[in-house]
Amino acid sequence: MSLNFGEAFAYAPAPETTPVAVRKRYGLFIDGEFVAPREGKYFWSVNPATGKRLARIAKGSAADVDAAVKSARRAYEKTWAPMAPAERGKYLFRIARLIQEKARELAILESMDGGKPIKESRDVDLPLVAAHFFHYAGWADKLGYAFPGRTAAPVGVAGQVIPWNFPLLMAAWKIAPALACGNTVVLKPAETTSVTALHLAAVFREAGLPEGVVNIVTGPGKTGAALVRHDGVDKVAFTGSTAVGREIARETAGSGKRLTLELGGKAANIVFDDAPMEQAVEGVVNGIYFNQGHVCCAGSRLLLQESIHDEFVARLERRIETLRVGDPLDKNTDVGAINSKEQLARIADLVQSGIDEGADLHQPDRPLPEAGFWCRPSFFTGVTPSHRIAREEIFGPVLSVMTFRTPDEAVERANNTCYGLSAGVWTDKGSKAFHIADRLEAGVVWANTFNKFDPASPFGGYKESGFGREGGLQGLMPYVSLRGGG
Amino acid sequence: MSFSLQSKVPPVDRVGVEERAATFTRRSIKNEAKLTGLRLTVAMMDLTTLEGADSRGKIASLCRKARQPMAPRYDCPPCAAVCVYPNQVARAVAGLEGSGIPVASVATGFPSGQYPVGLRLEDVRFALGEGASEIDMVISRGAFLEGDLERVGDEIAAVKDACGDVHLKVIFETGELRTYDNVRLASQLAIEAGADFIKTSTGKVAPAATLPVTLVMVEAVRDHFHATGKRVGVKPAGGIRTAKQALQYLAMVKETAGDDWLTPDLFRFGASSLLGDVERQIAKAIDGNYQSADYFSKA
Repeated sequence: MSLNFGEAFAYAPAPETTPVAVRKRYGLFIDGEFVAPREGKYFWSVNPATGKRLARIAKGSAADVDAAVKSARRAYEKTWAPMAPAERGKYLFRIARLIQEKARELAILESMDGGKPIKESRDVDLPLVAAHFFHYAGWADKLGYAFPGRTAAPVGVAGQVIPWNFPLLMAAWKIAPALACGNTVVLKPAETTSVTALHLAAVFREAGLPEGVVNIVTGPGKTGAALVRHDGVDKVAFTGSTAVGREIARETAGSGKRLTLELGGKAANIVFDDAPMEQAVEGVVNGIYFNQGHVCCAGSRLLLQESIHDEFVARLERRIETLRVGDPLDKNTDVGAINSKEQLARIADLVQSGIDEGADLHQPDRPLPEAGFWCRPSFFTGVTPSHRIAREEIFGPVLSVMTFRTPDEAVERANNTCYGLSAGVWTDKGSKAFHIADRLEAGVVWANTFNKFDPASPFGGYKESGFGREGGLQGLMPYVSLRGGG
Repeated sequence: MSFSLQSKVPPVDRVGVEERAATFTRRSIKNEAKLTGLRLTVAMMDLTTLEGADSRGKIASLCRKARQPMAPRYDCPPCAAVCVYPNQVARAVAGLEGSGIPVASVATGFPSGQYPVGLRLEDVRFALGEGASEIDMVISRGAFLEGDLERVGDEIAAVKDACGDVHLKVIFETGELRTYDNVRLASQLAIEAGADFIKTSTGKVAPAATLPVTLVMVEAVRDHFHATGKRVGVKPAGGIRTAKQALQYLAMVKETAGDDWLTPDLFRFGASSLLGDVERQIAKAIDGNYQSADYFSKA
């Protein structure tokens, strides 16, 4: 007896139609101007849903990074740090409002360049981007309340390197608190997703942000390395893979630079037999297939109490049949394109390892678009903690399902990972949720929900998921030098 | 007889179910899909009048409207049923003669159900005798909220018994049950006691039908199908006034229970004012421009 999810009342294509202006070529944003890279080199940014070239992006060299850091230093010393905090707040409020005004355009660009569905860039990414600027705009002149009895001074020039999964949102997480505390910034966007950062630069210009307060240098990993290494940088903030995070930690050790890292994850979503079943299925789906699973805090390990395993798996299997995979710009698309060819290859490799190691792959039986980079929303059953797919971060729409019998076993399995960014607990019993959450080694624990973000809530990891917190009052800490009191 | 619930009732998380329901309001239903959905909405509509002041003329006009809601060139199907009080059933049956459209009668002391069970059953028998081919009963919310599920279940079973082959819709009045957990429990109770349809509301209590409440009910009938292979229908009633809302319900049904439920046999809208907006939207889809509401006849 199966349900029939066919063509009755089939949704017609509903493409987002707002026109956007993608420039043919994007320069670097240094000292308040868009400039050509000194070595004159560019690389292509590709639309992952079509595989076609979208725009040429400047390849920043060490010399470009140097110019950007120097510009940030000048702005730090001459304008931004000396400015009255309330004035800095005004700029941030203005930026937040401009982002809201341009939200539709920025959301479309984000989907074109990164492959995420428009419903996510429109309803999640952009509202959160604006919310982060609003939140930290409010803190700018209230740091005395954040750190009572102490004086919060800025740190200096922040070198920030961000990933490709939430290009604008990660830029906002990094830039907003840095500026609110009086620091200036050199930002290096991810190689495959630079376009929206440069449109954000245009927003900064429109907001009248003084030149040099934010500089954006695009390029490959090498450009980021040059930034991290630069002597003029006082603070390094990185979000990305644990491997690169390790390199950065090595590079900055002994340099006197401050460092925060937000790295990988392999989050456990624990579902007890007394959970609200239907909502748990939705939460698991949201936990792993949101943004194609390109989420460091994705709930990529599902731990099911053994008594509900079969029923839950059956429900999950039916649910992924109804996920709509395809054109990221269609408003009804649930799962978009994999960000890059390289990432698709990494996902495929891990999926193959799951098959080779004897786990059972479940996927909807639906065709994928021919051009571009795609992966069906998938999950594996019969996974044990020693499978590669249970240990390594896949960073794709692939879930590993395991079981547990007792609450203690659930906690033990959940914590049996080198990561510790997030976790989820599903039970209708409040006392159980708190008891389990207390024992989970994860920076964020969601109860009866997943992937909920708020600028007021700190985010960050345990263990190899990194250190330092972003968001909320705690997110100010990496960007202030505290004096007196304490 | 003495009723007891067989299936396990899973808890429902309020935040989660409302969030899920909201995703259906963000589906973009355009072009052919929209027109298909609008026509389906009409075909699923129990065109309803439940007023103390219902007149002979009102019933006649409602029946005429149900037979042919729009001019033939719009290719609009007839409504699913006409829903009236027991006293109006005979008139509605006459008004619909030869059309094949069933008359649904509310019964069992609608809308409160605050009558002795004997009278409530007599109400059903009267409506059937007048020619009703669908019965919309109300449950005893008082008994339900007191925890006397046995009584509620027995009453539903007794009404079903009186109905025989006539389709029974069981109204919960979800606005009085208050919680999603209660809605889920009432759904399973009614399904097990023999309901052919489960229905949200009488339309006399606010809030009436909402998308999350209806989602919980659709999930219950879907789960029952998986457990037993039997299909039970769902009818949201009251508060659905715009074509846009109706399309959101259809998207929810499609993505929750699948194509099989996209039929008047398994999904109905109970509505009195919805048809007007749906007509306008169908005309817009076909003619390309909006007409004044004055161009559409009111039932």
